[in-house]
Amino acid sequence: MADPADSRDAALLAPIERTGRGFYVTVGILAALILWGAIAYWTQFNEGLGVTGLHQPVSWGFYVTNFVFFIGISHAGTLISAILRLSKAEWRRPITRMAEVITVMVLFIGAGQILVDLGRPDRMLNIIRYGRYQSPLLWDATSISAYLTASIVYLYIPMIPDIAILRDRVGKRKFFYSVLALGWQGTEHQQKVLNRAIAIMAVLVIPIAVSVHSVVSFVFSMTLQPGWHSTIFGPYFVVGAIFSGIAALIVAMIAFRKAYGLQSYLKPIHFRYLGQLLLVMSLLWFYFTFAEYLTGYYGSEPEEMKVFWSKFTGPFWPFFWGMVLTNVAIPLLCLVRLGRRTIGKVLIASLSVSVGMWLERFIIVVPTLSNPRLPFGEGIYFPTWVEWGEMAGSFALFALFYVLFTKLFPVISIWEIREGREVGLKEVEERLLTYLPDVAEPEVVPAKRGR
Amino acid sequence: MALWGMVIDLDRCTGCQACVVACKAENNVPPVGAKEAVRGRIISWMQVLTEEDEEHDGEVKRFVPRPCLQCDDPPCTKVCPVYATYRNPEGIVAQIYARCIGCRFCMAACPYNAKYFNWHRYQKEAPGQNPDVSLRPKGVVEKCTFCHHRLQKARERALAERRELAPGEYVTACAEVCPARAIVFGDLSDPGSEVHRLARSPRAFRLLEALGTKPKVIYLSEGEGRG
Repeated sequence: MADPADSRDAALLAPIERTGRGFYVTVGILAALILWGAIAYWTQFNEGLGVTGLHQPVSWGFYVTNFVFFIGISHAGTLISAILRLSKAEWRRPITRMAEVITVMVLFIGAGQILVDLGRPDRMLNIIRYGRYQSPLLWDATSISAYLTASIVYLYIPMIPDIAILRDRVGKRKFFYSVLALGWQGTEHQQKVLNRAIAIMAVLVIPIAVSVHSVVSFVFSMTLQPGWHSTIFGPYFVVGAIFSGIAALIVAMIAFRKAYGLQSYLKPIHFRYLGQLLLVMSLLWFYFTFAEYLTGYYGSEPEEMKVFWSKFTGPFWPFFWGMVLTNVAIPLLCLVRLGRRTIGKVLIASLSVSVGMWLERFIIVVPTLSNPRLPFGEGIYFPTWVEWGEMAGSFALFALFYVLFTKLFPVISIWEIREGREVGLKEVEERLLTYLPDVAEPEVVPAKRGR
Repeated sequence: MALWGMVIDLDRCTGCQACVVACKAENNVPPVGAKEAVRGRIISWMQVLTEEDEEHDGEVKRFVPRPCLQCDDPPCTKVCPVYATYRNPEGIVAQIYARCIGCRFCMAACPYNAKYFNWHRYQKEAPGQNPDVSLRPKGVVEKCTFCHHRLQKARERALAERRELAPGEYVTACAEVCPARAIVFGDLSDPGSEVHRLARSPRAFRLLEALGTKPKVIYLSEGEGRG
């Protein structure tokens, strides 16, 4: 399968072989933003968290919001890649790699937010030395480490055949590629082992991902605070994570499609399918939000209602209604009729959801803290340049990691595309036949992959 | 084992803030400066909350002195990832400043907002500081510990003199200084103590009792003298 002479997918190798001016401009802009973030962090490290806008009682702000947001985005890889792989959705082939990369990169950035948030980053290892397993933060540290490990493996394994292609085709970095290719020759046995490994990882990574997003929500819901102490939070965060993950994936796909000219791989049909998934998640997210706030409203506990009204009509109304607009109204308008101009509409919806899900995380973290139960006076939170800088730096770092990745490895899985052409077509036809009433189902469905 | 507790009589409290000042002096609680104070960075282990009386609108202010409530089921200790905060056997919720990583999870979990964060390095060695109380570095959470150093001192003195710790030998700075004697401190587990007697008063209540945190700071509601 890894036939080095096959030049049909040259477009996928082009970004690795040649580097255009766009790349340097992008990297330059990203580096500037990262520099801003680095200066912000250095300032904070020297002077303490006092340089941020955080205070008593709003002791968590942008950093925790970003943490939850980034970890949420990481669901892209698991959902699209693992679920679509397991369900044998053939249209997944050009998408899986991009999704998996998002997961790995964003987990690094997300976990980093917690380090940025710590008042004493120098004592970070206390979590290991004196770890208290009662604390949801420890659950977070554990599940995110597991998720990161599993995601890296799950990204790497399907990359091996592609790395072998690079080893054989690309002149540069021969040693690097041959080490990473692990001696891949594309034999039948190797292919069988690879497919089994991918299947195992795909199954494994889904429960881990669900656990991560639940545990992130537990950081809030394990407290007694009004607006946080909610049983729905686990599933609510999982839904939000899938929602924002799809949106981030679509944005990345459209960006690379344009930058690397991948129009023949990422077709409108892919965006239509992903757009439909996004629409479903938007409705599901709306249902969860509705259920959460309606039960709170009927319970009508005074403390709960203080937080409730601060979101609906109080100081946080622009964020709350902005969230409703960007997470439900705009996606619905864009995605319900996906006839013409699919990609434009899907892009608008995805960008809107990306903003909306960030607002959702913000609206969960801050209003609860700014409405203490006892008469302390309400605190409203204004981030300073330090927090803006670190936020910009974090997003830029994510983008930079991603761009650099595409310069080292193909952003679309070459061997999976080839497999789709060579094996997938036949397989789908056979599978389709078995769905029909007048064809007997084979006793055991053999995994007819590879050769 | 003693169970240290406090009774605060809201009828007696005049809102004079003597407890706040005494606490700050006793525990080296740092002044943060006007600029920081405006930004909501005041550290005040003991804080007098003022509340408008809903029944007498605009007429009466209610004063609620709020130290750390030393919950018997503290929400803050459950969430700390590094055992920097814990409930010690005598019921005092302690904070290990040298271990705290500054994640502020305990602050987010405390329904009484009794935990404070050192946003900057506010404290340096200075004359007039209490040598028994450690200075907190930047980036850690600090809190009221019922003047725990006073307990240690009193206990060591008793030990040196080969006797039991006498009741009244250990009181917190806020209780000691209160001119209206609104704050009474002592051993809740000692049936002869004043706090034990007052804690059983029909006027006794606990802040946000419904949360189930079981605070060991007990308030006496305003009674006859109201209005």
